[in-house]
Amino acid sequence: MASVPAVLTSEWTKIRTVSSTTWTLISAFLVTVAIGAALSAVMNAQFDDLSDAERATFDPTFVSFSGMILGQLAMVVFGVLVVGTEYSSGMIRTSLAAVPQRATFLFSKMLVAGVLALVVGLITGFVTFFLGQALLGDHGTDIGADNVLRAVVGGGLYMGLIALFSMGVAAMLRSSMLSLGILMPFFFLVSQILSAVPGAKKVAQYFPDQAGSKIMQVVPDAMNSDPAPYGPWAGLLIMVGWVAAAVIGGFLVLKKRDA
Amino acid sequence: MIELDGLTKRFGNKVAVDQLSCVIRPGMVTGFLGPNGAGKSTTMRMMLDLDNPTSGSVRIDGKHYRELSEPLKYIGALLDAKAMHGGRSAYNNLLCLAQSNRIPERRVAEVLDTVGLTAVAKKKSKGFSLGMGQRLGIASALLGDPEILMFDEPVNGLDPEGIHWIRNLMKTLASQGRTIFVSSHLMSEMALTADHLIVIGQGRLLADTSMADFIHENSRSYVRLRSPQQERLRDVLHQEGVVAVEAAGGTLEVDGATTEDLGELAARHSIVLHELSAQRASLEEAFMQMTAGSVEYHAHSEPAGGAPPPPPEGPQWGGAWNQQSGDGKEA
Repeated sequence: MASVPAVLTSEWTKIRTVSSTTWTLISAFLVTVAIGAALSAVMNAQFDDLSDAERATFDPTFVSFSGMILGQLAMVVFGVLVVGTEYSSGMIRTSLAAVPQRATFLFSKMLVAGVLALVVGLITGFVTFFLGQALLGDHGTDIGADNVLRAVVGGGLYMGLIALFSMGVAAMLRSSMLSLGILMPFFFLVSQILSAVPGAKKVAQYFPDQAGSKIMQVVPDAMNSDPAPYGPWAGLLIMVGWVAAAVIGGFLVLKKRDA
Repeated sequence: MIELDGLTKRFGNKVAVDQLSCVIRPGMVTGFLGPNGAGKSTTMRMMLDLDNPTSGSVRIDGKHYRELSEPLKYIGALLDAKAMHGGRSAYNNLLCLAQSNRIPERRVAEVLDTVGLTAVAKKKSKGFSLGMGQRLGIASALLGDPEILMFDEPVNGLDPEGIHWIRNLMKTLASQGRTIFVSSHLMSEMALTADHLIVIGQGRLLADTSMADFIHENSRSYVRLRSPQQERLRDVLHQEGVVAVEAAGGTLEVDGATTEDLGELAARHSIVLHELSAQRASLEEAFMQMTAGSVEYHAHSEPAGGAPPPPPEGPQWGGAWNQQSGDGKEA
């Protein structure tokens, strides 16, 4: 059996020696923080214009995480490229000749990239939270308030899980272009639109991003959103289920198919 | 040592590799020869456990590839030149391979030096020419200092200096007692490098023989004669009991006689000769003849569904040549 620490070292070298890692992760950070800050500032300025229902469920933590909808797309690109470039470059054959144990190879890669995405996600979560609260002024909240720390850490977990989900999908589809072509419109358009369409929203709320993002809400049904039949942790668990399915699917494809 | 036992690979209805059994021995260069589409690359991918065989097995020093804990230390392979991440430098591409098999980092610089890529070690490999990519692939094969090396069409894309270099490299590695397995679709290339020859066509084993035996059995030597007094020359040869065959371009071909004898014979009868030369039928022709029945992609189409003719059996090669030598020359 291949030495797992050796394979982890190797996968870390792979990740840190390509420029796409740097620009996707910096984009994820910047986009999330910048949009979160902008929306926080807008909310602060226009708080009085909000409807009564929105004011009643005003969630300063969730507002500061508004950038996640776009920032997660950069995480999707990161996750897809980590796995997909093995296929597009033909490196997969060299990699599997070096580490023929499929499970060791794939799970080491996902562990290294997943931990990196989680760390970047946590940094992003805390920065976007504190910056957002500063810009929300009097309407902001405190990290020590009930459930706020859970939501901020949850934001980091959410980003890590999005990256893992993308890696699983890329391993199943064995192509960066195909994976991005499906995941980007899904997270940016399909999921967002369906969650606003009456009738479809009952299904859409079980999508990985819709379910997982509940962890970032401190106030239930934040900002007068549709009530979900599950709580924040159950929502995250639904997302974990999707991630597990994608990862297992990716592993089975790698195991069964010819490289 | 690599042992292939009944190795078979089907893609749907199509049989790419068919019951292939052979042994690749250490201390020599074994050439793996076959026309395009014969199943060479598929066989090599199965040997590295990249493709799953439909049936049969490959054993490397008695073990399955997946049982090797750090396979790069046993077997190094060049499959295709572009099997590296283009956005990563040559050095880093090799470094991540080395780390995965706990090969010391100094080996990366050593193999880059061996293949002559030290100057571009820090350059991204997507800027590499085909020849440089090939050298990088060879460097990755050498990384773990393995006892077995596999090269799939290594001379592709190399310039003459590079081709010369890879030939010498393979011979040097074999002389160190290593197992060298190299595929090619060019008989001429094999004739220069291989000690042993495994020939396949349509996935089936056609020959498993030493290079010396192959040359001995397949290359016919003869003498070519051309004369303005052709009729007289034929009569004289006939009188002397020498069998001459008329060949293309108004020449005569004579088996089993030397240029000296024939030159003196012509001189004694005052026959003018315009050509008197010793010829050797090319191994390329012998190879084409052997694989003729099993070439995957003919220039012309064959009737659909026609069963391919059975492959010639080993002992027939020499005989087959003599029977068909006239046809072979005209083709």
